[in-house]
This record gives sequence, structure tokens and C-alpha cells, in this order.
Amino acid sequence: MLQVSIYRYNPETDAEPRMEDFQVDTGGKDVMVLDVLEMVKAQQDSSVTYRRSCREGVCGSDGLNMNGKNGLACITPLSDAVKNNKLVIRPLPGLPVIRDLVVDMSLFYAQYEKVQPYLQNNTPAPAIERLQTPEDRAKLDGLYECILCACCSTSCPSFWWNPDRFIGPAGLLQSYRFLADSRDQATDERLAKLDDPFSVFRCHGIQNCVNVCPKGLNPTRAIGHIRNMLLSRAT
Amino acid sequence: MVTAVTSFGRSGLSDWLVQRVSAVILLAYFITLGVSIGDGVTYAEWKALFEQTWMRVFSVMAVLSLAAHAWIGIWAVLTDYLTERMMGAKGNVLRFVCQILSSLAIFVYVIWTIQILWS
Repeated sequence: MLQVSIYRYNPETDAEPRMEDFQVDTGGKDVMVLDVLEMVKAQQDSSVTYRRSCREGVCGSDGLNMNGKNGLACITPLSDAVKNNKLVIRPLPGLPVIRDLVVDMSLFYAQYEKVQPYLQNNTPAPAIERLQTPEDRAKLDGLYECILCACCSTSCPSFWWNPDRFIGPAGLLQSYRFLADSRDQATDERLAKLDDPFSVFRCHGIQNCVNVCPKGLNPTRAIGHIRNMLLSRAT
Repeated sequence: MVTAVTSFGRSGLSDWLVQRVSAVILLAYFITLGVSIGDGVTYAEWKALFEQTWMRVFSVMAVLSLAAHAWIGIWAVLTDYLTERMMGAKGNVLRFVCQILSSLAIFVYVIWTIQILWS
């Protein structure tokens, strides 16, 4: 039997959060952490609350902290997460808890909104589409794949302390995705908004974001590119 | 754009650059010092070393680098932990007081170093 400990908190009835233990029989199979949560919810306590949708690492709903490491529960097998037959599941750190494993992502989305994550181009749109060379298109690889699950930003201490001022790895990865896009014309305006001591420069390069990204992306590298663009523009 | 009036250069990029350059200057200074006195030093040798103008200029450069480097670093730590988000409104007061104290200490150390070197 797998020992599962789940963070429980209902702000309407509980004075403070608590950890609740469950015993789960996985039949010896190496299932995903989300499957374990489904088993608990279906068989033991239907009030256990979490977000989920696609169950295959595409939607980014079930970002959780599993045995101390952020990741998507649906694509994290027990063999990766469980230590000593114990699985501790907590909500993503640093964000307010709405209930159990569900966090309020407003701060995260507010930072995403700040980087204006859309193409800005004032030239008349061509009849079919704005073309890119294969080389320019290749610059977006490793950037466009982000699913905004918030695993990276909520593993970043700089984001924990300043979630209202530091854009965070997820937002900055998206920022660079548009800075690097040959079709975008707002590069200068975008960079001008990033040159303060918080938005980009709270990143101290500890790479927690790289360590947890379930899609294998590298926000630290993207932040380095933004820094280089700011540097070339200002020196 | 987030505003910050107490940071070293008001701009994140400038602070970042100053911190990198000052780190290189400090590294060069300590390597020079290590090479000069690494295998033991007498008072006479130490005095002769610091009587040379280049060493005094280099030392002032190093202490100014240390001052800038320290201010940027301490400012980052204070704006991480002593904030309204972490401890309510008193965080702002505490942070400002700590910033004043840090800058005073750095100022005193810089002037003191110059006095030691050039007197």
C-alpha cells in the first residue's frame, strides 16, 4: 500500500491547513500521480479537490508539488515521485490556496498579461499569412511549447517573494518568445518595459525553473537572451 | 515597468552590469593581493606595496566596487524579505531603515578606506 499524504484546506471551514494521510493500493503498477489522486477521490474521499483536464500533459491544469518537486501530476509516474513508499502532495508553493490542491493563479496570470503575449505588427496583414524563414521560425522552438502550468514560476524563490513585481520564468519565457519573433515589431517597446530592477533582473539564475519544467523548456536561457537584448540596446 | 528609487542605478540592467564588472575588479584585486603577499609578508614589504600609487588607486577602485556590489546585493535581499507582502506595512518602514543603515555603513567604510590609504 502506498502512503499518500495530501494537503487539505477549505478556507470556509478550516482554521488552518492540515496534511491528511491515505493508503492507496495501486496494484503494483507504476501509475501516474494523477491516477492516485483519482483513486483517492473515487474510493476514499470525494471532497479531495484538485484541477485536472486533459490528463496527458497538454493542458497544464494539474501542476502540483509532489514530494517537494513541482510537476504535472498526469505525466509524473510514481517511480519518479515516490520515495520510501511515501508520496506527499501539496499545492504549487507561493500562491494563495483556494481549496486543497487548487491555487489562485491571478498573480501568475497578471504577470503573463504584462508581457503582452501576442504578436504586435502594424503593417497591413498579407492575404494569407505573415511568412517567416525556417531559420526565424526555428528561433521560437523551446519557447512556444509552454503550457502555462506555473510549475516554474512557483518553484522560483524570486517569484515567491515578489510575485507582483518579478514577471517570473513563465512570463519571461513568453516575453522572449515575442521578442524573438521576426514578425513582431514591438521589440523596443517590450524591452523598455523590462529594464527595471524587478521585472527581469530579480532572476538570479538558480535554474529551479529549468529543473521542474514538465515540457523540458529552459526559462533561464530565455531570460539570458532578454538580458543580452537589453544590454545591446543600452550600451 | 516597476519603479524603484532606492536601487543603485535605478535601472535593473545598470545594477546587473555594475555587479558583474565590480565582481571582476574585486577578483582581479584579490588575485593581485594574493600574488603579492601570498608567500608571507613583512611589515616593510606591506608598507612598500601600499606606498605605490597604482596600488592605492587599485585599492580605492576595489573598495568602490565593493561598495556598489554590496549595495546592489543588500538592496536585493532587503526588497525580497522586508516587504509589505511579507510583514505588512511595518515591512516598508523596516526596509527603509535597513537601507539607510546599510548605505551609511558603506559610506563610512569607503571614506575610512580612503583615509587609511592616503594618510
